[in-house]
Amino acid sequence: MAGLASLTAHELGARYRDGTATPTQAVTECLARIEALDPQVRAFLTVTGEDARRRAALADARFRAGTPYGPLDGVPMAVKDLLCTRGIRTTCGSKILEGFVPPYDATVVARLFAAGAVLLGKLNMDEFAMGSSTENSGFFTTCNPWDLARVPGGSSGGASAVVAADMAPLTLGTDTGGSIRQPAAFSGVVGLKPTYGRVSRYGAIAFASSLDQIGPFARDAEDAALMLGTIAGADPMDSTAIDVPVPDYRATLGQGIDRLRLGVPAEYFTDGMDPEVEQAVRAAIATLEKLGARTEPVSMPHTEYGLAAYYVIAPAEASSNLARYDGVKYGLRATGARDLIDMYSKTRAAGFGNEVKRRVMLGTYVLSAGYYDAYYGQAQKVRTLVRRDFDRAFEKVDLLVAPTTPGVAFKMGEKADPLQMYLNDIFTVPVSLAGLPGVSIPGGFTQAGLPIGLQLIGRAFDEATLLRAAHAYQSVTDWHTRRPALQTGTADRTPR
Amino acid sequence: MSEHETIVGLEVHAQLATRTKMFCGCGAVFGAPPNTRTCPVCQGMPGSLPVINRRAVEFGIMTALALGCGINQHNRFARKHYYYPDMPKNYQISQYEEPLAEHGRLVIDTGPGPREIGIQRVHLEEDVGKLVHEGALETAQSSSVDFNRAGVPLMEIVSKPDLRSPDEAAAYLKTLRAIVVFLGVCDGNMEEGSLRCDANISLRPRGQAEYGTKVEIKNMNSFRNVRDALEYEIRRQTRALDTGERIVQETRLWDPDRAVTVSMRSKEFAHDYRYFPEPDLPPLDVQPAWVEEIRGRLPELPDARRTRFRQAYGLSSYEADLLTQGRGLADYFEAATQGGGKPKAVANWVLNELLRELPGDDDRAVATCPIPPANLAALLALIDDGTISGKIAKDVFEKMYRTGDTAQAIVSREGLTQVADEGALGSAVDRVLTEHVKVVEDFRAGKKAALGFLVGQVMKATQGKANPALVNRLLIEKLPKG
Repeated sequence: MAGLASLTAHELGARYRDGTATPTQAVTECLARIEALDPQVRAFLTVTGEDARRRAALADARFRAGTPYGPLDGVPMAVKDLLCTRGIRTTCGSKILEGFVPPYDATVVARLFAAGAVLLGKLNMDEFAMGSSTENSGFFTTCNPWDLARVPGGSSGGASAVVAADMAPLTLGTDTGGSIRQPAAFSGVVGLKPTYGRVSRYGAIAFASSLDQIGPFARDAEDAALMLGTIAGADPMDSTAIDVPVPDYRATLGQGIDRLRLGVPAEYFTDGMDPEVEQAVRAAIATLEKLGARTEPVSMPHTEYGLAAYYVIAPAEASSNLARYDGVKYGLRATGARDLIDMYSKTRAAGFGNEVKRRVMLGTYVLSAGYYDAYYGQAQKVRTLVRRDFDRAFEKVDLLVAPTTPGVAFKMGEKADPLQMYLNDIFTVPVSLAGLPGVSIPGGFTQAGLPIGLQLIGRAFDEATLLRAAHAYQSVTDWHTRRPALQTGTADRTPR
Repeated sequence: MSEHETIVGLEVHAQLATRTKMFCGCGAVFGAPPNTRTCPVCQGMPGSLPVINRRAVEFGIMTALALGCGINQHNRFARKHYYYPDMPKNYQISQYEEPLAEHGRLVIDTGPGPREIGIQRVHLEEDVGKLVHEGALETAQSSSVDFNRAGVPLMEIVSKPDLRSPDEAAAYLKTLRAIVVFLGVCDGNMEEGSLRCDANISLRPRGQAEYGTKVEIKNMNSFRNVRDALEYEIRRQTRALDTGERIVQETRLWDPDRAVTVSMRSKEFAHDYRYFPEPDLPPLDVQPAWVEEIRGRLPELPDARRTRFRQAYGLSSYEADLLTQGRGLADYFEAATQGGGKPKAVANWVLNELLRELPGDDDRAVATCPIPPANLAALLALIDDGTISGKIAKDVFEKMYRTGDTAQAIVSREGLTQVADEGALGSAVDRVLTEHVKVVEDFRAGKKAALGFLVGQVMKATQGKANPALVNRLLIEKLPKG
């Protein structure tokens, strides 16, 4: 029994307000659960217990005084270790940033703190968000709470596992080509990637700047709405965060989806996909129809080129963004270098893992003189075509519904071939290229008991409709309330 | 030898005089203690993002308009990649394919008449930091980085290869400097690096249409350096071509101590900058209304002001040129003129006396001038009304400069008022005539120059306070007629 740690943020808020629980009690229970379970799940890179208790005590006082900040006051949460936290080490899952302590908070972290949320710690991830399993973490691999021999998805695998394992009701991850939605699908939780420009990226360590977005993991649509409403909105520190008003997402959740037009893209049901996934998604579509939605087939002819374009654009931007890790200013500096160039190469050779090196090389190549037009230029054209597919579809429908991934959580080490790993992202990458919002919600389970993700895709800045549809679905299904059966205290304690 | 024609194009970097940096709110100041004007953005910390300084864009537009460029409504920033420890991100945010402005011109005049030099582009970018080595670079045990300058806004102005001589290059640079200084967008200080210049130079046989192989020269931090470096390079390339050598496309550094250019890197080792559009910044959309609003606020430019100084004040080209090198000096001149000074006299005093005292002719130096323009005008009025002589006025000027007092105060305090009393002067003249009988004889014998000597003697006897015109008249009256 997980007690307060198993409650959602909105349930906790209600308990705080009616005086049947305090932030300190909830935070204490979450920290105890982390201590008991994380040696098996291995989701946290850093636990900030002392800081959490201090913030919880302050929230206690606000509730006692009858002046809480808002719905997230005193709510425990944790963030992917890609988000800068002032005074708390931030590694981005990489050895090259080991020991880096940012002097500033990411805008989203600052907004959560301002809302009274309590940070429990920093979460594991694939190094620099490059991967779909956390196996590329520079430190260790996070386990899927539903089957510890399997991956939780990635790159925000720590953030999805924590919510699935009831260690915190809310976490923040980032999504560049699927890094929120895919781990949400694999871990059986809600994961929302907002529209590009909806949430400030200031303080999010960049992987691919034109694609990266920060978004919430939660157990239900209502919590995701609360978290998004807190972090969204323009920011003077990020010129790509667009000044579009932030609606009250929670206020419209209950309006239902009667007569909502749902598009089902044919290209998202491919031959090679897991039949159990297809079955679950088809069943979910039927459920949505019962709720009043009207479905119709749509065609997204450029879907198959999305992945290739993504694997040109994202590495190109990454090769540029990661150039700053050179041993000069912060993080790792290799010793024994003969000269400057030697220091650069030794530091980067020692600090970066194989997947990061692979993408830096790929990206450097596609931006090189003589190759730019053939690769980067061409990929940008494909990106435009992919975006037009969505534009055309949204002329007819309000939402698209599709599987999040072609399969379910795989076993650690199963996808040693990078291309096999990349194929995980075929249904999430096009949405990222188009900059659109997408959410993955629990949509069923396989016979073996592994979660299946249902992906909803919306118009730019129309997260409200996404969340409303997700909420309607969750009001008639119980996939999102199921929890993995984790045994506490049986595994070895891993010192950290 | 001289059957080669010289082709030069200049790339000028001007540090913009904005209060804050190009992409963050840090102060853009010179000379602060190391790393005290930095933040996560200009230190290239993980997760930090740039935000465009609107004022820097405005300064760029002002310059582009002054150079007759077309402003690209849609322009964007790009990343330029190379590794160096003074560059925090290991890429510089610059502009590449879509610069702020293009297709302008600058008129220079080296004597034979005005010539139009094409401006290829004007774009914005950020400056890098500074390395401080422990000892000489080659033997340094450690090097430190100061990021105070990192992120300071730079404007790059690229000329077309239209310059044909080192003189023209120097004239171009001088004219351009005057424009940016007049606009107030750059302080124009070359020694401190606020204005930097790189040159591309090639030679081709006279009459040939294709350009020869070009060489880039860096590190020329004065007008003189630019001229010397280009002259050296012409000699070096001419010698090479005359002996049948091939010119290597390369970057060379000007070494002012040895007065030579030294090879820095050749084309084979040239950087591949891997430019691509900066994804952290949306493209700039420069609204035409904003451009027009800025155009309406442009101050009178040096060229127009020079012409006006010649026509309205009757100054020579030389005087007008010197007075319009900076806005401060030109403003000073005009203020003194409006204070009642005769333009020609004011020009003389500003260019000779004032510039002798001032530490320089730039705006910063002029701003330190302890003599307000009105006080200079008042001094000149004292000469005009005969209160003091021009000679005494020079002494008074020096005292004004040292003390900041007015001319009137100094003249009355020190009793410098000109003696114009005929009685008093008459006796001094009589005394001089009796003391210099021989000279008087010479005068009578027809040696007119003797008069000057006698005037000088009277002036000396009155400690320079005598009115020279009156002395002259009295002497002529009293001298025996020949």
